Amino acid sequence: MSQHDLIPHLFRIEFRKITAVLCKHFGLEHVEVAEDIASETFLLAMETWKYQGIPPNPTGWLYTTAKNKVKNLLHRDQIFKTNVAQNLSHDITLEPAEPDLSEPNITDSQLQMLFAICHPAIAPEAQIGLALRLLCGFGIEEIATAFLTNTETISKRLYRAKEKLREERISLHATEAAIHDRLEAVLTTIYLLFNEGYYSESSDTVLREDFCHEAMRLTTLLLDNPQTSLPKVHALFALMCFHSSRFKARTSATGELILYADQDETLWDKTLITKGAFHLHQASHGELTRYHLEAGIAYWHTVKEDTHEKWEAILQLYNRLLQIEYSPIAALNRTFALAKANGKAAALAEAEKLQLTTNPFYYTLLGELYTGIDNAKAKDCFRQALALAKSSGDKHTIQKRMDEL
Amino acid sequence: MNEYALLMRHEDGSKVASPEQMQIWMKQTMDWIGGIAAQNKFVSGTGLLFDGAKVVGHKNVVTNGPFGDIKETLGGLMIVKAESVDEAIEFAKGCPVLQGAGNTVEVRQIAKSDGVH
Repeated sequence: MSQHDLIPHLFRIEFRKITAVLCKHFGLEHVEVAEDIASETFLLAMETWKYQGIPPNPTGWLYTTAKNKVKNLLHRDQIFKTNVAQNLSHDITLEPAEPDLSEPNITDSQLQMLFAICHPAIAPEAQIGLALRLLCGFGIEEIATAFLTNTETISKRLYRAKEKLREERISLHATEAAIHDRLEAVLTTIYLLFNEGYYSESSDTVLREDFCHEAMRLTTLLLDNPQTSLPKVHALFALMCFHSSRFKARTSATGELILYADQDETLWDKTLITKGAFHLHQASHGELTRYHLEAGIAYWHTVKEDTHEKWEAILQLYNRLLQIEYSPIAALNRTFALAKANGKAAALAEAEKLQLTTNPFYYTLLGELYTGIDNAKAKDCFRQALALAKSSGDKHTIQKRMDEL
Repeated sequence: MNEYALLMRHEDGSKVASPEQMQIWMKQTMDWIGGIAAQNKFVSGTGLLFDGAKVVGHKNVVTNGPFGDIKETLGGLMIVKAESVDEAIEFAKGCPVLQGAGNTVEVRQIAKSDGVH
């Protein structure tokens, strides 16, 4: 790793570790203190390393500095307490405990934090924001870029969420029952975090892949814990493995998105596909969740060959998925699979019933289905899709299809 | 938006179909339900097994299966959302059960607990 990459990498990895451990150390109501200390530690690193060079063990340097900052803070706090409030309390320890920055405690702290921020009192979008900030170490600016909004909005959202953590006195020590109850929200947060990376319209591809890797890392934390290593967690992990196997193939050298049909499958990551298959197998008992179905669909997309068997399987998975969890995009994808499995005529009849008339992808699908059946109508549909499309990438793709007609 | 029950009745539930025929019906049924779900109109549904079916009658008399005296038997039920009974009827028309002569799909609005219906 070059020196240029080292600092951002270290920052992202170590910021979240220090923050999680310090949150556990101070209590979640002091999350800002934890963040401040982590930030100050990095600020000092930037200042010092600039002149003295990067120390041989940068991580150790950061941990020692963070520990010292905690000690100083507690010491100042103690002077205040002993001077001002000496008669009120007698059980103040003179030597404050040092935060434990060992690997098991880091993992433990991050897992606890994940369940704390998925408390039902915190709004879902704030949960993702907090996860990105506190658990993944992303900066406010990066989060704003990913969500296509400004830093002010994200700052406000995070501020309100932290207020909520305090008001509700949310503890890091979730009970076994709370872990059970919140697992669904935790999985949704991780799932959305992954999708934010995978489908975001943000042009920063490196950042987007980082989001996906972070989502996978958080899922690994759950899989390593016996209480949360459940079939649906394996299914979610399998889904992410299958999707991310196509990372290298889905963007061109110039950063443009390459559609599935045009991808060079030799660039697909076979190791991740195998890993996904392993976890999907681990998921094959217990209740059937949306993650199982989506992982199944993603699995079939790792088979490039266009067989009837493939599309029939995908169609049936979408049929089930829509019964559990409707979404417009699933409805459109289901209709596409229907065209592949049952023919365009059958799919057209079903597509006309969907009436998703504000969705550009609806018209793109209709355009595809009419192509070869009624080209004039197909062109009309693509024109409507073009008028509704938001991102330049989508507009470009639609224009290309129109020109081909 | 109201909810409607689609009650699928078979004229003769004891009829045995070939595995190939069953597979075709299964796919048609799954595609039919998927099509309703794709319009976000699916609420719930299930097939009903004929195997081991019992009928509990007056004075708790239990008989085996509904096939002795009653010819029409319930094969499955589904609940859908629809703007009107006409829309629910359109959903019912796609039901593969109707390919069998004598089979029916009964469409019934689900009572709301609002004290009016």
